[in-house]
Amino acid sequence: MTKHILHPDNWVDNHSDYLFNYAIARVSDVDIAKDLVQDTFFAGLKSAQNYKGEAAERTWLIAILKRKIIDHYRKINSKKAQATVRITPKTDSDFDNNFLEHQVADPLSLLENSAMENEELGVAIHECISKLPKKHALAFSLKTIQGLSTEEVCKELKINPSNLWVIIHRARTSLMECLNNNWFKI
Amino acid sequence: MSSCKKAAIICTKKQYQEATLWERIQFIFHINICKACKVFSKKNGQLSTLCHQANLKSLPPEEKERLKECLKNEIKSNTLTPK
Repeated sequence: MTKHILHPDNWVDNHSDYLFNYAIARVSDVDIAKDLVQDTFFAGLKSAQNYKGEAAERTWLIAILKRKIIDHYRKINSKKAQATVRITPKTDSDFDNNFLEHQVADPLSLLENSAMENEELGVAIHECISKLPKKHALAFSLKTIQGLSTEEVCKELKINPSNLWVIIHRARTSLMECLNNNWFKI
Repeated sequence: MSSCKKAAIICTKKQYQEATLWERIQFIFHINICKACKVFSKKNGQLSTLCHQANLKSLPPEEKERLKECLKNEIKSNTLTPK
């Protein structure tokens, strides 16, 4: 088994987007997710000597982030009164709706599934992006995820537009291939 | 003819709504005669849909810089005071 080594200097470049997406899918608040990512990096640094090198760096960081997310929910639910389930009664006078039984989730609904699938899809895409060459990954995420204009991306990467399009084209082609193998046939 | 290469680039531009009118016309002509590019175009579109569907987020660059600074300071202070 190969030993993994930590490279804290590259954490932000290599893992911050992945961790951020992971966090945001679970806390659905940008600022909290930012804080959680930062906490994770700090906790990772602090316990770096406990890292045995058995898991990949990212897996290890995700494990820390999971604990941080749990801690976050514990903290906001620490008041006993908030732990109860609250049901907001429907205000319409419809008599049928007054029974609790009428308010349970629709067992045939697929809405929850699609939310979960989208979350997994996001993780799969990020994993594929991190397999791309560094420049390709950066160009793709600047253009697609952050939605910057072509000129801005060109300025950032110091390349000309036709170069940028070739890079993005290659990135997209390898992404398609990667998702084909890891997600489903597209 | 490097037309397929050209078409692929136009197709990528189209995903970001940045292909010019002339490019789009060329592209339509091309995919009418080239099956491979038609398939590629479809896949490329699906990738765009997936990326949109996944609602990808990333940290803004300035936030990353800030995090990097924080980490650097933390690493320094950690090495200065080894346990």
